[in-house]
Amino acid sequence: MSSAAKKIQPIAGRFGAYGGRYIPETLMAALEELEREYAKARRDKKFRDEFAHLLKNYAGRPTPLFFARRLTEKLGGAKIYLKREDLLHTGAHKINNCLGQALLARRMGKHRIIAETGAGQHGVATATVCALFGFECVIYMGTEDMRRQELNVFRMKLLGAEVRGVDSGSKTLKDAINEAMRDWVTNVRTTHYLLGSVLGAHPYPTMVRDFHSVIGREARAQILKAEGKLPSTIIACVGGGSNAIGIFHQFLGDKRVKLIGVEAGGRGHELGEHAARSWGGSPGVLQGAYSYVLQDSHGQIALTHSISAGLDYPMLGPEHAALFDSKRAEYVAASDQEALDALTTLSRLEGIIPALESAHAVAECIKRAPKMKKSDVVIVNISGRGDKDIGILRENLSL
Amino acid sequence: MSRIYFQHTPGLVVYVTCGDPNIAATRQIVLGAIEAGADVIELGVPFSDPVADGLVIQRASERALKNGTSLEDVLHLARDIRKQSSAGLVIFSYLNPIMRFGVERFAGEAADAGVDAALVTDLTVEEADDYRRIMKAHKLDTIFLAAPTSTDKRLKKIAEASSGFVYAVSRTGVTGMQKQLPTDAKDLVRRIRKYTKLPVAVGFGISNAAQFAEVSAFADAVVVGSAIVQAVEQNPGREPEAVTALIRSLKG
Repeated sequence: MSSAAKKIQPIAGRFGAYGGRYIPETLMAALEELEREYAKARRDKKFRDEFAHLLKNYAGRPTPLFFARRLTEKLGGAKIYLKREDLLHTGAHKINNCLGQALLARRMGKHRIIAETGAGQHGVATATVCALFGFECVIYMGTEDMRRQELNVFRMKLLGAEVRGVDSGSKTLKDAINEAMRDWVTNVRTTHYLLGSVLGAHPYPTMVRDFHSVIGREARAQILKAEGKLPSTIIACVGGGSNAIGIFHQFLGDKRVKLIGVEAGGRGHELGEHAARSWGGSPGVLQGAYSYVLQDSHGQIALTHSISAGLDYPMLGPEHAALFDSKRAEYVAASDQEALDALTTLSRLEGIIPALESAHAVAECIKRAPKMKKSDVVIVNISGRGDKDIGILRENLSL
Repeated sequence: MSRIYFQHTPGLVVYVTCGDPNIAATRQIVLGAIEAGADVIELGVPFSDPVADGLVIQRASERALKNGTSLEDVLHLARDIRKQSSAGLVIFSYLNPIMRFGVERFAGEAADAGVDAALVTDLTVEEADDYRRIMKAHKLDTIFLAAPTSTDKRLKKIAEASSGFVYAVSRTGVTGMQKQLPTDAKDLVRRIRKYTKLPVAVGFGISNAAQFAEVSAFADAVVVGSAIVQAVEQNPGREPEAVTALIRSLKG
C-alpha cells in the first residue's frame, strides 16, 4: 500500500484498511439509514425467519453438494465436490442477496429498486424479487454486456423490469454501476440501490456477504456429513467476489482449509486485457470503496477484459483485499480459453454446464486437483449455470 | 484565515474540466472567466468514473482523458494562472487521482503552485481526518459538499470540516443544467448557516440569469459548472469568448 493510502484514516465498515465509504454527500443519509435498518433487521427474528422461508421455498435452498465422480477419476487426485448454486431459482447464487435486500427495502418503505448487472444474473435475480414484492425495477447494463448476454436481457424484460443500456467507458459492469449510482443520487429518497456484489460503500460489502453466507454454512454441514471432515481446499470465482465470500466466510477460522479465489485472466497479462486484480492491481477508491483496483499511474481506472461479463470488473471486493493481504485466501487467474475448456470438460463429464464465471473456478480445480492426494477434498462453488452463455459459447466453440 | 475571497456580491465560482479541449485552451478559458468576473475557479481534474457528474461533464472528462490530462497537468496549469491572477483557485477532483498522486505530495505541490483549496467529490467528512490535517499543514482550505439529504448532524460536521466556503448542492442528483431550480437549495442554505459563518456557495443546475438571480438572493456565491463546460463543447475554436459571453449574460 502506498504511503498516501495509509494516510486515509479508517472508519467503521473496514476490512483491515479496506472498504469504507467514499461517495457523494447526497448518498450519505441513505447509507446511514441502510446501515441502521440492516443492523435492526439482522436482530429481528421475524426478518430472519422470512428470509429463511424465502430461501427455502422460493429460491430452493439448500442446494446440493454433489460428488463429481467422473471429474475426480479423470483428474486422478483430490475428491471433487460441486456446490450447486446453479440449481437455485434464476440460475445463480445472486438470488440470496436479492431476497435479503428486497426484504430490507420493504422495511424502509422504498418501492423503487435499481440495480446494475454484468452477466445479467444479478439483473434477473433483482427483476425476479421485484416481481415477487411488487416493486418498480430499473436495471442498468452495459451495452456490450447486453449484446453478449442477450437472453438475460429478455428475461429481465419478461419479469417486468426496465433495462437501461449504458454506453459509456467499456460498456460493461463498471459503467453500469456508475449509471446506477447516478440514478440513486438523483432518486435517493424513494429508491433502494440493490447492489449485487460485495462492493461499494459500507454497509454493502458486509450486508451482501451476510446474505450469501448461507452457501458456506450449508457446504460445511454437507461436507462434514459426506466425508466426516473439512475440505482441504475451496475454490470460487471472484469478480466483485460475492459467491466466493459467501462460501469462504464459514471457513475463515479453519486455517487448514485453503481458500482460492479465481479471477479473470482474460486474454493476456497487459493492463486492459484481463480483470485479475492480483496481477498488478493497487489500492485505490472506486464506486464507494477502498480496495485493490486496476488503474494507471495517474489513478485513472483501467479498462478490463474477460469472456465472462460477471468477472469483467476492475475492483476486488474490500474483504477479499484484506484476505489477499493477510494471505488467508489465495488469488489466482484463469484465462478465457481455460474457462472455455473447463466449461466443456464439466459439461461432458458431469452433465453440468456451468456459467462462464463459475468455469474459471472449475479451471483452477482442473489445474490443482491432479497434484493433490486422493484423501484430499476440494469443493468448487458452481455459482451459476451456463444457459445464459449459450450465445458466447456458440461464437467460441465449434462442436 | 481563509485564502478564498469573494470580491463580488454575489460571488461567482466557475467550474472547468481541465484539458477540455486541451490545457492551453483551459488556460485561456480560465483567464477569460476571471476577466468576466469569476471570483473563484474550480479546476476540474478529469476522472475515468465520474459518478457524481451528468452527461456534459462526463463527455468533457472523456475528452480531457483522451488528451492525457493528469492531476500533474492541472497543478502546472494552476501555477501558470496564479502568475497572472489573484482569483481563488480550487482543485476539484475525485479522490483516486489524488490518492494515487499521494495526499502529502498533492498538498505540497498545490500550495507551492498557488492553489488555495481543494474539493474532493467522493470524500465525505468521516473519511477526511488525515486529508484535512495535511491540507491544513500546507495552509490549504478544504471545501466539502452539503446536500439537501444531509441531516443537521451531518451539516454540523460538514461546517466544522470546511474552510474557504461550504458548497451547497442545490438538489439531489448529478451535475447538469435544468429548467427549474427546486426549493431544496434555499432551505439547505438556511440550515447550513445555523452551523457556520463561512460563505455558502450554491451549485448544481444553475445555467441562466434568472436562476443566478434567484440563488443570489439567499447564497453568498453561485457555482456554474455544466453550463460553462457545455459552452466549451459547443464552441470549438472560440471557447474563451463563449465562456466570457455566458458569464456576462448570467450576471445580467
